[in-house]
Amino acid sequence: MSTVTDVRTYRGFFTVTVLCLVILYAPLAVVTVYSFNASASITVWEGLSLRWYSDVFTGPESAKFKQAAINSFSIALIAASVATAIAVTAATAIVRGGRFWLRLPSLGLITLPIMVPEIVLAVATLIFFNAIGFTRGYLTILVAHIAFCIPFAYLPIQARMQGIDDTYEQAAMDLYASRAQAFRRVLLPLMMPGIISGFLLAFIVSLDDFIITNFVKGAGVETLPTAIFGSVKQGIKPNIMAISTMLLGVSVVMVTISYVVSKWDNTK
Amino acid sequence: MANGTTVAVDIRNAVKRYGEFTALKTISLGIADNEFFTLLGPSGCGKTTLLRMIAGFEDVTAGEIFLYGEEIETLPPHKRPVNTVFQNYALFPHMTILENVGFGLEMLGQSKAQARTRAGEMLELVQLSQFAARKPAQLSGGQQQRVALARALAPSPKVLLLDEPLSALDLKLRKAMQIELKHIQRETGITFIFVTHDQEEALTMSDRIAVMSAGELQQLGSPRDIYERPRNRFVADFIGETNLLDVTVDRIDGGIAECVLDSGQRLSCEAADSVAPDSRAHLSIRPERLVLGHDPAAPALKAQVRETIFVGTDITTLLTLENGPEITVRSSNSARGNKRVFAPGAHAFVAMEPGAARLLVD
Repeated sequence: MSTVTDVRTYRGFFTVTVLCLVILYAPLAVVTVYSFNASASITVWEGLSLRWYSDVFTGPESAKFKQAAINSFSIALIAASVATAIAVTAATAIVRGGRFWLRLPSLGLITLPIMVPEIVLAVATLIFFNAIGFTRGYLTILVAHIAFCIPFAYLPIQARMQGIDDTYEQAAMDLYASRAQAFRRVLLPLMMPGIISGFLLAFIVSLDDFIITNFVKGAGVETLPTAIFGSVKQGIKPNIMAISTMLLGVSVVMVTISYVVSKWDNTK
Repeated sequence: MANGTTVAVDIRNAVKRYGEFTALKTISLGIADNEFFTLLGPSGCGKTTLLRMIAGFEDVTAGEIFLYGEEIETLPPHKRPVNTVFQNYALFPHMTILENVGFGLEMLGQSKAQARTRAGEMLELVQLSQFAARKPAQLSGGQQQRVALARALAPSPKVLLLDEPLSALDLKLRKAMQIELKHIQRETGITFIFVTHDQEEALTMSDRIAVMSAGELQQLGSPRDIYERPRNRFVADFIGETNLLDVTVDRIDGGIAECVLDSGQRLSCEAADSVAPDSRAHLSIRPERLVLGHDPAAPALKAQVRETIFVGTDITTLLTLENGPEITVRSSNSARGNKRVFAPGAHAFVAMEPGAARLLVD
C-alpha cells in the first residue's frame, strides 16, 4: 500500500482510534473487572475475589439463574437448529430455483425481520399469540425465537451457496447421482461452512434476545436476559456482573467460531 | 457413416427453443460407435446446447435422441449411460482426487473398496496416481483436466461427451492433450463426442466433424472433406484460412465452370451442384495452394504486394488484385517450397494449383 493512501498517516488517526475503542469497550471492561471484586458494593474496589462467581452458582438467586440458563440454552439450541434447517431449504430454493417471479419478494421477506425495529416485531408476535389463543410460556418463546432467527441463519448460508457453481451438481448427476444424492454428497458439504456459521449466529441472537422474549414469555418463565433484567430492577449487585461476564465469554467464543468457520475452506 | 456400422447416438429432428429464441433448428445426426465425433462452430452456434441435450441437462423441445437404439431424451441425466468432461472440469472441490474419480462408480452401486480400486486404475491411465490423496485445488490445470477425464471414463460410459475440455490449457499442453485424447479414445473404443470452436483441434482429432453455425448443421464429413470440399461459404471461411473471390459464372461445360472476376479475368474450376450459369458465386482458394511468380503465364492473376509476413514455418504474402480484391498467398519456408519474398509494392503474378479453387454459394 502506498503511504499516501495509508490511513495511518492521516492526522488524528491515533486519537480517533483510541477514542472509539474506549467508548466501545470501557463499559465491558468495567463490568468484567468489577465482577472479580471482593466488595459487595459495585463501585468500591476491595481486592480480587471469585466470590460473586460462586454466588451465581450457590447464592440465594442461584436457582433462578440456573433455570434461566437452562431455558436460554435449550431455546437457543432448538431455535437455531430449526431456523438453520428452514434457512437451508430456503437458500436452496432461492439460489437454485431458477428465475421464478416471487424470487425477489421471497428474498426480501426472509431478510426483512432484521430491518424491522425489534419492538414492532415483539408487539406483533405478542398480538399474534393472543389472537390464536396461544398460552404464553416456554413454547411461545421458542416459536418466536425460531421465527426471528431465520434471517440470521439464512444470510451466511445464502452467501456461501451463491459461490457454488451449479456445474458441481450437474457433474454429480452426470455421474449417476440422483437429485437427492447430488444434494447430500456434493451441495451440502460445500454449503457446510455457511450452515455452521448461520447456526452459530442464530444461536447467539437467540441467547441474548431480550425485547421479544420479554413480551412473549409467560409469568415465571425466564431466560438469562430477562432474569438479569429482573434482578437489576432491585438494584445492581456484583453477581449480575459475574453472570454478564460469563455470557460475554460465551458470545465471544461463538462469534469467533462463526467467523473462523465462515472463512474455512473445505476444498483445500 | 458407412452402412452396417452401429449407430451410437442418433439425433432425429431435435429442436431447442428458449421461449422465442431458437438455439437449435431442426437437426438430425447419426454418430457411429467407436467414432471420434466433433461438433465444431463459433460460440452461440448451438454445439454445447446439443451436447447438453445428449447429456440430459437441457430438455429437448421437439424431436428424439436415441442411444444405441434406446430413446433417452426424457431420461434424467443420472439414468443416461453417458459421462461428461466439463469445460471447467467441475471436480468436486471437497473430495480427494481418488474420491472424485470413484464417485460415479459409487453412485452406480459399487462398494467403496471396488470404486477405489477402479479409480486407482483410472488414475494410472492418466498418470496421476501420486496425486490420489490431494484435493483438486492443489493440482495444475492440465492435471485437473486429466482427473476430469479419468472421472468421466471410470464408469465405462457408452459415450463420452467433452465440452471444450482443452480451452483452458496453454498451447503446448493442449497439443499434448489432443494426442493423448485421441490415443485414449482408440484404446478404450468409447465413442467420443467433442465440442470445440477451434477448427485446428477439430481437424487434428476427429474421425468426423459436424460444422455448425446459427443453430444449424452446415456440413458433416471427415476433416479432409470439410477442409478440401467445403459445402458453403461459411464452412470454407470458418475452417482454415481461405481467399474468397466474388465471381460471375459464365458457363458450365462438362463439370467445369468458367468464372469471371470483376476485373474481367477468367478462372475455371470444378462446378458445384447448386451453381447455375450467369449466377453470382464465391471462389474459395486456400492460400497454400497459390503460387507467386514473376511471369505473367496464364492463368495467373496480376497483383501488387501489400505486405510480406514471416511466420516461421511459412511466409505469408498479402496482395491486392486488379479492381481491389485482396488475396493471401502462403508458401512454405523451406528450400523445396516456393520461397519467394517480394517487397511491398512490387508486382507479382498469382498462379493456382490445378483443382485448388472451389465454387461456393452463400
